[in-house]
Amino acid sequence: MNENIPLLSIRNLSTHFFVEEGVVKAVEDVSFDVAEGKTLAVVGESGCGKSVTALSVMGLVPESAGRVVDGQILFRGDDLLKKTESQMRRIRGNEIAMIFQEPMTSLNPVFTIGNQIVEAVKLHQGIKGEHAWSHAVEMLRKVGIADPARRVREYPHQMSGGMRQRVMIAMALCCWPSLLIADEPTTALDVTIQAQILELLRELQKQQNMSVMMITHDLGVAAENADDVAVVYASNIVETASVAAIFEEPLHPYTQGLLRSMPRLGQKMERLESIGGSVPNPLHFPQGCKFHPRCPIGVSDQRCRTQQPQLREVAPGRCAACFHAKGYGD
Amino acid sequence: MSQNGKNLVEVKDLKTYFPVRKGMLKRTVGHVKAVDGVSFKIESGKTLGLVGESGCGKTTVGRSMLRLTKATSGEVFFQGHEVFKESRAGLKRLRRNMQYIFQDPYGSLNPRMTVGSIIAEPLRVHSVGSPEQRCENVNEILKRVGLSSDHARSYPHEFSGGQRQRIAIARALVLEPDFVICDEPVSALDVSIQSQIINLLQDLQRDMRLTYLFIAHDLAVIEHISDYVAVMYLGRIVEYTSAKRLYESPLHPYTKALISAIPESKPIKDKQRIVLDGEVPSPSNPPLGCPFHPRCPVAEARCRHEVQSLADVGTETEHLVACFRALEGEK
Repeated sequence: MNENIPLLSIRNLSTHFFVEEGVVKAVEDVSFDVAEGKTLAVVGESGCGKSVTALSVMGLVPESAGRVVDGQILFRGDDLLKKTESQMRRIRGNEIAMIFQEPMTSLNPVFTIGNQIVEAVKLHQGIKGEHAWSHAVEMLRKVGIADPARRVREYPHQMSGGMRQRVMIAMALCCWPSLLIADEPTTALDVTIQAQILELLRELQKQQNMSVMMITHDLGVAAENADDVAVVYASNIVETASVAAIFEEPLHPYTQGLLRSMPRLGQKMERLESIGGSVPNPLHFPQGCKFHPRCPIGVSDQRCRTQQPQLREVAPGRCAACFHAKGYGD
Repeated sequence: MSQNGKNLVEVKDLKTYFPVRKGMLKRTVGHVKAVDGVSFKIESGKTLGLVGESGCGKTTVGRSMLRLTKATSGEVFFQGHEVFKESRAGLKRLRRNMQYIFQDPYGSLNPRMTVGSIIAEPLRVHSVGSPEQRCENVNEILKRVGLSSDHARSYPHEFSGGQRQRIAIARALVLEPDFVICDEPVSALDVSIQSQIINLLQDLQRDMRLTYLFIAHDLAVIEHISDYVAVMYLGRIVEYTSAKRLYESPLHPYTKALISAIPESKPIKDKQRIVLDGEVPSPSNPPLGCPFHPRCPVAEARCRHEVQSLADVGTETEHLVACFRALEGEK
């Protein structure tokens, strides 16, 4: 594998949903890379399009409602959007796996967890019978489930939230995928369980040399787990950078606002800074830069109100979409 | 009355058990000890943060205090009145001064009522003022929470999550209460909206001299807004001290783990993290001895059958902890 080609490369992806009231542009002109063996955190608030980006990569955007209207999703240089459904089925769960936010609803309640893991192994790896079962037990042991030989015959309802998320991870990793998409993997869990699961993911990633695209709304989770960060606001990427750079010197006013508005342990402030207003409705995005009505600079700048800034390289290895970002030029 | 003058609220040995029923005859086969002996005081004008993971009983404490959930035993004093002994009429009078803000601004507002009538409802229930006066009160409180009087005619679905939480806050504050229980008021909101609501709650506390019980699972939010913090685990308070001291020198192993589990919003490599093994045990079948011992990194033999009750470590700032080892280490 060539070092210079990223494992996953998304170019100008746009995914739209067609609803009665109009077109919801859930993802618009989004481009980013996930490097081999690295973790990219996609950070944004609810409804900003981060999950739809993940579903687009998996080819799981519900056909009745929406579709990818433009762009390329290059996986090892191959455009996934050009694959047929049966080709996608071979990739999905095998080379690219996904774990979802809700471990309660994404497991099938009428099958034992062993059955559900074995299904994937049989389908993709051609391992049969006893071997498939022992592989399932092995995977459960790997994700830290005590007494896996007994647990493998249990049903999802017999397990706690943290356990189910471990099972989801075992299922996702049983075919040694090269890319794992984790959509808010710990949001439904308590902090002490979140710490367990994140540590487990880091360990398994190292063992399997896997790339991870982690979708999260929690900047703290991104800071501790990612190598690179892409910040999404209202369907667009507003900033990408290495994790150190984004926390040290955020360039986009939205990223700056987000970081300043979070209370931090041990740094008691009298008052939190906050971003005024609220996230715009995706049916009626504002003209120009979508962040301008909430932006301290953009709200009074004629150009921000009329023109939309494109994501552009502002320094080696980092991009921003803001006319006023350092290094953006004209 | 045993109550100290400057404490607005005092809770003594509060226990709330829920029966577990089984079988055709619905016989009670056990109890979920959601709250198992919780005591605390809140000074007038201050904020007590109640923090813990899901299922630790923090919401049940809040609900039991207002008699929204019936407590099994214990006492709650509010402005010198014993809440659990009040008659219906007396309770109604007390509740005028004790209000509740719920977590979910989507579920807590009636979708068929206009915002104006939602906010005016407490005024109607308590027969405050004439209809014109109520209208004025509503307009005034709407402005106070950062909305405008035009919003009174709209319905909840027309508002975003942050705005709905403002409406819920307006409804709680329209009677000008003294004490407000805020139950996870920001956890359903987006990050950029959370700080707006936290600032609003702090401004209102200052302007209206409110006393808060602030229930949350997010230790960073709790530290920011609280004067004192009580950490709950499996129905009990395991540590209680000032917000500053709790973060600077946590004593209970659970508090230590909780603080270290919070992802920090800056990348630090090689952070020393205490990762707890196992999960929170079920409150219907809590472990013998200290409820935390199966997950505790420093548990010893006696922790398995004896329980240390909450005791003062004897520092200048009040600092209570329920752990043998922490108490010995401090003395």
